[in-house]
Amino acid sequence: MSHPTTDYKSDVKITWCPGCGDFAVLNALYQALATMDLDPKNVVVVSGIGCSGRLPIFVNSYGFHGVHGRVLPTAMGVKIGNPKLTVIAVGGDGDGLAIGGGHFPHAARRNIDITYIMLDNNIYGLTKGQTSPTTLQSFQGKSSPYGVAEENLNPIALALAYDVSFVARGYSGQLKHLTDLIVDGVNHKGFSFIHALSPCVVFNDTYKYYGKKVTPIAPYENPSNKMRALELWQDKHHIFLGTFYKDETRQTFNERIRDIIGQFPRDDEKYFRELVNRYA
Amino acid sequence: MKEILVRIGGEGGEGVISCGEMLTTAFARSSYEVFTFRTYPAEIKGGPAMFQVRVSDQVVLSQGQAADILIAFNEEAFQLHGESIHPEGLLVYDPAHFKPDGAFEAYPVPLDGITLNVVKSKLGKNVVALGVCARILGMSIGLLEQMVRDRFGKKGETVVAKNFEALKAGYEYVDQHPFKKKLPMFEAVHSPVKRVVMSGNEALSIGAISAGCRYYAGYPITPASDILEFMERELPKFGGAVVQTEDEMAGIASVVGASYAGKKAMSATSGPGLSLMTEILGLAAMSEIPCVVVDAQRGGPSTGMPTKNEQGDLNLAVYGAHGEAPRIVIAPGDVEECLYYIIHAFNLSEKYQCPVLFLTDQSLAHRTQTFPWPDFKRVPVISRLLPTEADLKEYKRFVITENGVSPMALPGMDGGCYAATGLEHSERGSPNFTPKMHALMSAKRAKKIRVCSTEKGFTARYGAKKAKIGIVGWGSTQGAIREAVDMAAKAGIPVAHLQLKMVYPLPEADIREFLASVEQVIVAEINYSGQFNQILRSHFLVPTISLTKSEGLPFVAEEILAKIRSVAAGSEKPVVGAALSRQ
Repeated sequence: MSHPTTDYKSDVKITWCPGCGDFAVLNALYQALATMDLDPKNVVVVSGIGCSGRLPIFVNSYGFHGVHGRVLPTAMGVKIGNPKLTVIAVGGDGDGLAIGGGHFPHAARRNIDITYIMLDNNIYGLTKGQTSPTTLQSFQGKSSPYGVAEENLNPIALALAYDVSFVARGYSGQLKHLTDLIVDGVNHKGFSFIHALSPCVVFNDTYKYYGKKVTPIAPYENPSNKMRALELWQDKHHIFLGTFYKDETRQTFNERIRDIIGQFPRDDEKYFRELVNRYA
Repeated sequence: MKEILVRIGGEGGEGVISCGEMLTTAFARSSYEVFTFRTYPAEIKGGPAMFQVRVSDQVVLSQGQAADILIAFNEEAFQLHGESIHPEGLLVYDPAHFKPDGAFEAYPVPLDGITLNVVKSKLGKNVVALGVCARILGMSIGLLEQMVRDRFGKKGETVVAKNFEALKAGYEYVDQHPFKKKLPMFEAVHSPVKRVVMSGNEALSIGAISAGCRYYAGYPITPASDILEFMERELPKFGGAVVQTEDEMAGIASVVGASYAGKKAMSATSGPGLSLMTEILGLAAMSEIPCVVVDAQRGGPSTGMPTKNEQGDLNLAVYGAHGEAPRIVIAPGDVEECLYYIIHAFNLSEKYQCPVLFLTDQSLAHRTQTFPWPDFKRVPVISRLLPTEADLKEYKRFVITENGVSPMALPGMDGGCYAATGLEHSERGSPNFTPKMHALMSAKRAKKIRVCSTEKGFTARYGAKKAKIGIVGWGSTQGAIREAVDMAAKAGIPVAHLQLKMVYPLPEADIREFLASVEQVIVAEINYSGQFNQILRSHFLVPTISLTKSEGLPFVAEEILAKIRSVAAGSEKPVVGAALSRQ
């Protein structure tokens, strides 16, 4: 049975502003799911809070729109709860790097087999224009009338430093490429991180800025070369799109859990007996 | 009736606790009932540690008060606990450390000297003391040797042999140096009832596994960390997964995620961790996802007193979350109830699709008690309502029903696709902020809890059937209250007692009946402001007399008895605004 893109669209009206970059990410996700021909009932899209947090509601699959910043641990629970599910976590730059920044390294070190798409609009959109951890210092907005005091975080740099096993960047302006990255990310064995540049046309329209700077990572680059990946993200003149780093040799969290449980042949009655006997 | 209270005091790291634990297991294996109590420093080494065991041939209700025997490892232990020795009690002390003074019989045993002599090191003093205790109380050395082997066997035969020597040296010292006091002897007897002895944390962990918990996530925190360790060790044997998360928010978020995917899931924490979890408890209430959270309460607020006892988190458990986030709060009364009531906690969570908080406290988490061999069939296990094929034709996750409970689809089910959300939502689960919908859904969520208040078996009556004075308690205070009620009866004051195992929602019918049957009501709890007293007053518009204690310690029966006497004498009246100006 094959699923056309429309099978993944829910009947809930989309509430994003016209021109929002998140539309492209959502469309890329529909197309990626269709490309992989995943049955909607076996897909769970988990999100946090923010403009991008609404995304699961627009997808016809199972979804979980949780609380601000906790998308990764929530998604981990779902994946451990039922390892057969395809779990896709989505969230914004504020959700993932401000309030939820503490969970990113731990998802990475667990190498939990989920895909995390960070829809980065470099702003807090839903609360109407405050600066986020990825807002450029040059930005002037209502919560930064005198400029941004802090330097901006680079999600790719963090993912590489945390040793995420799949690190890629896509752009709302390049739908087909973003679709391919999502497919690669979902197919990746382990934790995959996709940094999706998704401009906010209302509060911080970066389409022009990104339009000039985005450059595909050259096909001859080797994504298993971490040192090269570190060079690419630091390039002052380009914002590279594509797969920075990929390592499929690592065990996933579910595999480790399976191995631990696997040491014990199922026999609940015996284990209860042994357990209670210890207190006799 | 045969009964004794043994208290052991020393420096943290001297093995006071392990000495007490071995002694406790020895009593339990000899078919006696035990109730232990311990205090320990928040630091790893140093600071005073204390372990006491009250042992009897009858059921032991509380930790007791005066020590019949105090074993002081050093002078500080005597200074701290000397006052607790019964005037006719026995003090075992090391004459190399200090010279005690008091009405009790002082029995010098050169603990350090014997240890250095036999073990050639200071380590092992606790096992020498164990030998001393065993001989004083008429226990067989063979039984104690088994305890030592169970505990040190893993460390190899040399270590076991050294400890046997230490044990024997203590034991024989008492043989050769008699003391005057006549004490009851606790030789092993045969009992037809097969029993176990364990702590509250252990009992609830076993209960959780038997309730079907197959996902556990938590973050280390005193006094709940041993639940995490227990689950790490045991849950995989039953096919379950355990994650030590990066913080409590991740713990509870993953528990809610796992439960959404269909697993029965739990986390355990203490007050500071529960504070962090409250936002996600609200999410679980809103998105109607079952989950169980154990809160082993400790002294608060803030970091408070991590190793001390308090029932100070009741308000947080009942109300903690923004908005109105209905949940159920269960509070077991003793170690045995930890095992059975956590099964109830899972059942209620599954049945009503909401968070269930399980309130223990430091004293219950770490006390050990004997109780009959667990009967895992006593509380039948319930699982959540799943949609039928007909439900899935036109599936509405939050369909309005008579009791408020809607069938919950699990990912993987055909036709069940929905997005769980913390936003207010329609019956289908789509965001919906219309006035009508919020009113409808608020009522739906509240309805489930209302129905839950009619669940049977969440109160226990004790004491006089007819009495003018009634006493209401919740959670771990049960035994001390029962003991006080027994003492009052002996003194000619009949008292009726109602202990609540579900503190939210209130088991309304039972409470109404109880309140109507008595003239004056004492509400006893371990916190400063009388949190439960306030809940009871506000729900039933009833004048009550609050009995609180905020010293970081559990009640002793005598304190409750004193209040009962004072009420019986007519010198206590309910006070308006008691919470602010404590009686």
